[in-house]
Amino acid sequence: MTLIQEVSSFTPQTAASAISGILWLIPALPIVASGCIAVLKQPRRRAAATLSIGSLGISLLISIAAFAHVLSGWLAGNAVRESVNFTWIRFGSSAVDLGWVLDPLSAVMLVMVSFVGLLIFIYSTGYMAHDENFTRFFCFLSLFAGAMLGVVISNSILLLFMCWELVGLTSYLLIGFWYHKPSAAAAAKKAFLTTRVGDIFFLLGIVWLFAQTGTLLFYNHGTGSLEPLALASLLTQHAALGLTAAGAIGLLIFAGAAGKSGQLPLHVWLPDAMEGPTPVSALIHAATMVAAGVYLIARVYPLMQAGALTGGVTTSLTVVTWVGASTALFAALIAVAQNDIKRILAYSTVSKLGYMMAGLGMGGVAVGMFHLITHAFFKALLFMGAGSVIHGCHEEQDIRRMGGLKTYMPLTFATYGIGMLALCGVPIFFSGFWSKDAILESAHGWSISHTPYYMLVFGAVITAFYMTRQVSYVFFGQWRGHGHAHESPRVMTTPLAILAFFAVTLGAIGTPAWPWFRAFLDNRASEVDLHAFAEPAWLMLLLTSCFIVVVGIGLGWALYGNKSPEPDASDTLQAAMPHVWTVLQNKFYIDEFYGATFIAFYAWWARVADWFDRRVWGGAVAAVTWLFGLFAQFNRFFDANIVDGTFDKGCEEISTGGGLLASIQSGAVQNYLRILALAVVALVLILFWSSRP
Amino acid sequence: MNELTTGFPILTLLTVLPLVGAAIALFSGKHARFVALVSALVSLAVAILIWMRLPIDGSIGMVEHAAWVPSLGIEYHLGVDGLGALMLVLSAIITLMSIDAVQREHHNPGLFFCLVLILESGLFGSFTALNFFHWFMYWELSLIPAFFLIKLWGGQRRGSAATQFFVYTMAGSVALLVSFLAVFLSTGSMNFIKLAQLASTGALEQMVTAHLGPVTMWLAIGVLAGFAVKVPLMPFHTWLPEAYAEAPSPVTMLLTGAMSKMGVYGLIRIALPLFGHQISQIRTPLLVLAATTVVMGAWAAAAQKDLKRVFAYSSVNHLGYCLLGIFALAVPAASHAAQASQAAALNGVILQMFNHGITAAALFWFIAMIQMRTGGHRGIEDFGGLRKPAPVFAGLMGIALFSSLGLPGLNGFVGEFLIFRGVFPLAWVAATVSILGLLITAAVILTVIQKVFTGPVAPHCTNFPDLHYGERMALAPVIGLMFLIGLLPQLIVDSVNPTVINLLAHWRF
Repeated sequence: MTLIQEVSSFTPQTAASAISGILWLIPALPIVASGCIAVLKQPRRRAAATLSIGSLGISLLISIAAFAHVLSGWLAGNAVRESVNFTWIRFGSSAVDLGWVLDPLSAVMLVMVSFVGLLIFIYSTGYMAHDENFTRFFCFLSLFAGAMLGVVISNSILLLFMCWELVGLTSYLLIGFWYHKPSAAAAAKKAFLTTRVGDIFFLLGIVWLFAQTGTLLFYNHGTGSLEPLALASLLTQHAALGLTAAGAIGLLIFAGAAGKSGQLPLHVWLPDAMEGPTPVSALIHAATMVAAGVYLIARVYPLMQAGALTGGVTTSLTVVTWVGASTALFAALIAVAQNDIKRILAYSTVSKLGYMMAGLGMGGVAVGMFHLITHAFFKALLFMGAGSVIHGCHEEQDIRRMGGLKTYMPLTFATYGIGMLALCGVPIFFSGFWSKDAILESAHGWSISHTPYYMLVFGAVITAFYMTRQVSYVFFGQWRGHGHAHESPRVMTTPLAILAFFAVTLGAIGTPAWPWFRAFLDNRASEVDLHAFAEPAWLMLLLTSCFIVVVGIGLGWALYGNKSPEPDASDTLQAAMPHVWTVLQNKFYIDEFYGATFIAFYAWWARVADWFDRRVWGGAVAAVTWLFGLFAQFNRFFDANIVDGTFDKGCEEISTGGGLLASIQSGAVQNYLRILALAVVALVLILFWSSRP
Repeated sequence: MNELTTGFPILTLLTVLPLVGAAIALFSGKHARFVALVSALVSLAVAILIWMRLPIDGSIGMVEHAAWVPSLGIEYHLGVDGLGALMLVLSAIITLMSIDAVQREHHNPGLFFCLVLILESGLFGSFTALNFFHWFMYWELSLIPAFFLIKLWGGQRRGSAATQFFVYTMAGSVALLVSFLAVFLSTGSMNFIKLAQLASTGALEQMVTAHLGPVTMWLAIGVLAGFAVKVPLMPFHTWLPEAYAEAPSPVTMLLTGAMSKMGVYGLIRIALPLFGHQISQIRTPLLVLAATTVVMGAWAAAAQKDLKRVFAYSSVNHLGYCLLGIFALAVPAASHAAQASQAAALNGVILQMFNHGITAAALFWFIAMIQMRTGGHRGIEDFGGLRKPAPVFAGLMGIALFSSLGLPGLNGFVGEFLIFRGVFPLAWVAATVSILGLLITAAVILTVIQKVFTGPVAPHCTNFPDLHYGERMALAPVIGLMFLIGLLPQLIVDSVNPTVINLLAHWRF
């Protein structure tokens, strides 16, 4: 049997550098750690945390080494793209190939995910210190980190999808971590199913791509699905509605990305996902997993862009842009009228993911990815700050029952403030400004329409507004909560400070004067050119950004600043515009709409399916059985000796619902065997007859 | 086809072994369970031995061929290829699991285990027979122990369930028998291999038409009907929820894990080789039925209140993917791409047969444990928060549930992916409709998890005992197998793919 040789053929096909040879260790280490923690006994908390943090720490080191390798290649003027591929399944004469790839995109993402992940792991040891399921938490968290890093390094769309689903599973497990709460269990289910709606389209896209190009690999020395040869063949195939196969597959893949990244109309799960512990919200539902959809589009960008006319516009990228811009504005509006500190941030995340998608659609990989990276830092910071606040306020999440925390929690306040200013895009000093600016710039230059630009600008004003409202409620005014608020332990505040540092400084890698990030991802050389700051177009943008911030923050401060409204008093804005407020507070009634349409249809159709089964098909069978019973009675008339219970008894049982314990001698079997025997005799007779010469 | 006769009649040995075990078990009273376990273990070992020593080129090996009633074309003719051998291994695993799942205290254990082992023998026989007469005997023979197992040890409505099961399958068998009778009258042969060769050149259809007129299509429909009941294909499935729900759980494991595969096996071994051309002509309605089976099966599962009925319908859904793959590939394929799709679909179908067998049997095993622990409860609303008192139980059953949901990394995903890979290019509408089944199945399974494992602990579940050491050890290999196939599917595909290539090369659509 060749079995052993076949399975051990997991040898690399390409002898790439040493670092890309061990790249698989980055996801594998946390997954192995997770497996080890799974079999640990509950009280072994220290061991669990050590395993998790240690494995991810090593992953971070390898990630940094990988990044350094790509960077040194870039500095030497080489475009680094090293892939290691292997065959997973052979069928017919084809094969299912998996593999991983090291290029600027995956290198940047690796470092971000493992670094932010590590900080959140450390933070979690403080946040979850008193939870009875501490070890299980770290088991799931490690599994998540491994799966997410797997998504990042995948060179095969199938491997990416497999890790993608695993990420979805861990998200499900962690949202439902406090499973005794029915709301958490329901939110977990909702998250999994809503993302799965996108995933079935994604899966269709994968099988279509696989069938068309014959490969699952992204890059494979010219034969990968993202390389010119395959893309050219995809462009010659026409699907429906005037789309090429490339366009249709791109849209299917985008449906998957939209599910994971909470884009309209599949955004409904993300705010509910806040039922999970706050570190989970920070890691999975802000910094990394929800950005996986954006990363996916960045990864398959050559496919999305295939067949682009002038200006790099394709149907699929246009759809990405419109969906992204709508999501950005829509979610920002909802965030205005929420009172749960985490839900505000959740809608803010949905909105920011919309910005990233729009950035990808209009500006390319670097624009979307830059916002992804800066957002990961400042949003993780905000969530962890919110966690610190919740922790300090004895598990209170309603911002109306907080207030004045700037004096009780100064460190949290300072870091949260930095995160908030970065999110609002305050010019020059905060990373969020630079990355958001790049998106607005590309939106301004988009050839199709200017509407997305105005949507994004308006969204930015609202973002500044709702963040000011939140910060005013939480940190300013008078303390309105129960008990005594206190600052969080050092193990929680230190990661906040580190993230705050990056929330400020990260912008430096993507300024117009030194667009290193874009050059790095696009494999171009970059030079410092301070004159870029003097260009009128950029100055206009700077002015716009200033305007956005001044209006948003100013309005927010004017309405909410330093006031201490009673917790049950109606909101200032609510008093002014009650109808608008109600619509926003109820999230445009999307959940209700889905409940009344899709979910109602699902339940109704399930009942129909069941009814059809019992009545129509079941009725037909009952009729046939009855006929057989009749036949059996007819038989008994001739042959009463053999027949005992017969089919009519069977029919009686069906009609009475079978309360009686039927005896073994019901006779159905004898009867059946008799028919069978008769048939065989008839068969033999006929055969003898017909086979006679 | 290459027919090798090995010296040692290992297939006959495999079929006889359980019968010997059955005879001993019948008279060993309280020790029947132990006897059955030993017998099933030995059978499994022999089955694995056969699987490992298959011919590498995917042809039929270990052939035993002897004349029986030559004038009627009846021969004792056995042999296995990658498909048959995998089914042997599956049957042996499922029987072992089923015996393991039986309670220690059992009334009349001798007869129970005797019947289970006879059923195993019937399965082995029908997966190795290459002559219709002989195959049909086993096909029918496996029904009788199943009938008595439901009838004697089943639940409240066992009478009607057993009768429905029987009547339904009988109707299918009669159709099958009549069709084969006609084939025999026309060709004078009951040898599957010879008939497949005739069919691959188109001679079979000519002979049938010459002898009986243009009835080949009806013969194909008759054969399909026989298998459609067994798998089942909607609308021939209404016996299934009743029978699965009323049978004792270990028997349900056999029904869903192994017996349902007899139908799919029959489609691949008999229907496609003999009537491929006819099936390709009625492919569209068949695809409609297969897609209906997938989607409506999953949807009907969503409406069930009894856990066993939920998974019964979920089984209908999962086997629907097999039917989808089989019908979709029944199309003339000239291009290399289309042939690759056919190979993907058929590999996927065979993997799905194996994976569904393992996973569905495991799920019914877990339900048996739940029933044992709560005094017979199995309503979906009867529980709550079981994760709290029984975390290990919840974890392991959770793995089985996610395997059923098709989570990558576990066994369920691989087969479904290959099926969709194959079906999409060949029948994209059917694939697009059927993929809805993946979503609905997920909704059904997550609802089960939500209602049974999460939320506040139900009052009567506070003392729900977690798995004890023996149970964990019994389940570990099954769960391990789910991971193994999920991560290294090549272990199985290696033995299946040569057979797939071999089969596809000989089929005529």
